Amino acid sequence: MNNTNTDLLKAAAGGAGLRLQGGYSRRRFLGFAGLLAGAGFLSLQACNNDDDTTPGPTDNGVNLGSGDTGILNYAYALEQLEAAFYTEVLRNPYTGLTGTNEEAMLRDIRDHEVAHREFFKAALGSNAIPDLEVDFSSITFSSRDSVLAAAREMEDLGVQAYNGAGKLLTSADNLTIAGKIVSVEARHAAYIRDLIQPGSFADTSILDPTNRIDVSKTPTQVLQAADKYIVTTINATALPTE
Amino acid sequence: MNITNILHQLHEADPEFGERISPRRRVIKNFTRTVSLAALPLALGGLFKRAYGKTNDVIIDTLNLALLAEMLEVKFYREALDRAGLINGAQDRAEITLIHDNETAHRRLVRDTIISLGGTPRSEPVFDFTGGNGSGAGPYADVFSNYVTFLAVAQTFETNGVRAYKGGAPNLMSNNAVLEAALNIHSVEARHAAHLMMMRKRNGHATDIKPWLTLADPKIPAGPQRDAAAGVYAGEENTTQAGQNIIGIGGKDVSQAAASEAFDEPLTAAQVMANVDPFVVP
Repeated sequence: MNNTNTDLLKAAAGGAGLRLQGGYSRRRFLGFAGLLAGAGFLSLQACNNDDDTTPGPTDNGVNLGSGDTGILNYAYALEQLEAAFYTEVLRNPYTGLTGTNEEAMLRDIRDHEVAHREFFKAALGSNAIPDLEVDFSSITFSSRDSVLAAAREMEDLGVQAYNGAGKLLTSADNLTIAGKIVSVEARHAAYIRDLIQPGSFADTSILDPTNRIDVSKTPTQVLQAADKYIVTTINATALPTE
Repeated sequence: MNITNILHQLHEADPEFGERISPRRRVIKNFTRTVSLAALPLALGGLFKRAYGKTNDVIIDTLNLALLAEMLEVKFYREALDRAGLINGAQDRAEITLIHDNETAHRRLVRDTIISLGGTPRSEPVFDFTGGNGSGAGPYADVFSNYVTFLAVAQTFETNGVRAYKGGAPNLMSNNAVLEAALNIHSVEARHAAHLMMMRKRNGHATDIKPWLTLADPKIPAGPQRDAAAGVYAGEENTTQAGQNIIGIGGKDVSQAAASEAFDEPLTAAQVMANVDPFVVP
């Protein structure tokens, strides 16, 4: 696919490629089609034994890899997305943000996401996926409402992603790292939600109404939700599913 | 969850397994009678209880510690809500009510999970929210008469809860459904903790506090109340993760403060218990 190679070239050129409003159209359906074809409907098949699928760029998108490495790359991808988002928010602050405590908190969040991203990059070493190209053209960065809505979405999604990924990890050390990060994402989510709607930090608009717990998502579900922000085709077909 | 394959593999490994899950009518009856839909995956843990005792014991012990923390919080918030004049205003009251209701649901979920695993949920102790080991005269003597103290203790309880679930998670790895549920509770405790920190800011109790923990600073003024909570915050200053120094990692501008904030730290079961102990009447 020509567009996939173009994306990879952009990614290889260094730094998360960024598309904002006014950019050319994305072909995101191709990326998602790849996801569905491989990972979507495995429920009645035998469990996959890990074949060490090497993470990295392939003809079928950036492969996250298998086993714990795959899950860490999955987390790395999400942290790349979040770090890029908050970096843009601070580079292009919405009306009323500059000089406020709110800006200081968003700067903190940006720093946390950068720390998370760089941690995974270092921990994964040669197994790390390349920089992803992101697309924030659906966000109006001059609008507080638009930016905070996107932030809330990403933070809640991050919590749901880590919570759903925990059981897929085989190493207790990796689970502990994921645990250390997810509670910080949850703090982010609570803060952002309260900015939008005071008191909504942990209400039933996000929590399961019966058990009052976060509703974890599978990697497929998460990548589907994040798809609108990620241009690079992500191949999650080798990720563990249970 | 790949039920079909799990059951197949289990039957291959343990031919008597098929007998354990019958009579089928009883299993199905339990599903509809006592198990909420949301807890359905957890009930499947009950299918394994007799075959995998040792691992199950660790899981049950871990959940019983979580249950104690949840019981503590439910009773704590209930008592606060019942204390006229303590909580400052309708918005604060609504938020404390929400937290109370969330913890009530968690307490039930953890208790049901223990039961579904064939375990015995611990009984609820009497609590001394002054932190006085039953004397009623601990360092938080004014916890229900002074809103400053109340919110600080609430922040401390939630922080201990986050770190307890985080520390206990590896113990639950052998049961995916239980681990997932615990993680889904854990993140809510973190939401609570962050929110309470902002309530303290909003009420003017701690002006430079943030929704995340900076270098293990609880933003409680120096004195007995801060000292008594030390065990809940100790270790949060950590800036090294899996051998990686987070400060300036990757050549990026990550300060010591940000590096400590970006990762929350677990507590061991013993540490969690030590933190809760002063609030439990022997």
